[in-house]
Amino acid sequence: MAKIQLNGRKITVGIKFSIFNLLKKYKIDSKKVAVELNNKIINKNKYKSTYLKSKDKIEIVHFIGGG
Amino acid sequence: MKKDLFTIAGKKLNSRLIVGTGKYKNFKETAEAVKSSGADMVTVAVRRVNILDKKKPLLMDYLNPKKIIYLPNTAGCFNSNEALRTLRLAREMGGWKIVKLEVLGDKKTLYPNMIETLSATKVLVKEGFKVLVYCSDDPLLAKELEYEGASAIMPLASPIGSGLGIQNKVNLSIIINQSKVPVIVDAGIGTASDATVAMEMGCQGVLVNSAIAKAKNPILMAESFKHAVKAGRKSFLAKRMKKIYYGIASSPTEGLI
Repeated sequence: MAKIQLNGRKITVGIKFSIFNLLKKYKIDSKKVAVELNNKIINKNKYKSTYLKSKDKIEIVHFIGGG
Repeated sequence: MKKDLFTIAGKKLNSRLIVGTGKYKNFKETAEAVKSSGADMVTVAVRRVNILDKKKPLLMDYLNPKKIIYLPNTAGCFNSNEALRTLRLAREMGGWKIVKLEVLGDKKTLYPNMIETLSATKVLVKEGFKVLVYCSDDPLLAKELEYEGASAIMPLASPIGSGLGIQNKVNLSIIINQSKVPVIVDAGIGTASDATVAMEMGCQGVLVNSAIAKAKNPILMAESFKHAVKAGRKSFLAKRMKKIYYGIASSPTEGLI
């Protein structure tokens, strides 16, 4: 188990849980977002090979309306 | 007449009106307003995905980024690092290189922090971004931005969302005349005629959000802006008559009875 922070919320995920798994769990289309792990942008082709560990801070962002 | 093309950061645009996508009632209204404005470039913001509400509609489902150019902005950023972080994320999302930099300095006036703006511009240009920079209407700072490699200078007409129109025509006109990159008025436009005035003065384009989104009928106002920008541009190209401070009759005096 790994206790991580996702978009400011504390959540728990299983072991060997990747960013790819995380996006799938929340039904997020990877083409429409960008992911930051501990303040570092994770390249889209690294989603499957990047596993989450305790205390990781994940930010998933997308485009919204703005001026 | 030769085709009057508008090129910004190497991209050819059909419309000189760029619209913001904030403050609308919903995405449906946003999409309809964008369509009726005729704009081919829209500004968008970068925010956290709502992980609790999986069914929340997405902007991309209403405005197809393959059909309309997204211009990611850094609205809400108060220092250079926040702005850089935001735009790097935007680039990762789908290769967006043409971006709008906006670093605010004061929560009340939303006036830009030009020191932070300049330092972020330098870094972004170095990283290969094409940066359209929201800035104050100070001619010296505008020149500095151009020197640092900004792809467009975007001075405010008046504070963001104020609808007060162009408050300093003298400064704006100095900036227009000195700049070799496009000057686009951003922020403070209140109504369609403000956009016409900006275009008549020689701006290359205008960026409008609140004036359309906050009109009672945003769809109709978007259409009005489309025509206002075109009218202003044509008027600029046609070169207005000289101002004369006495009367000159329009009808001939010869043959007068």
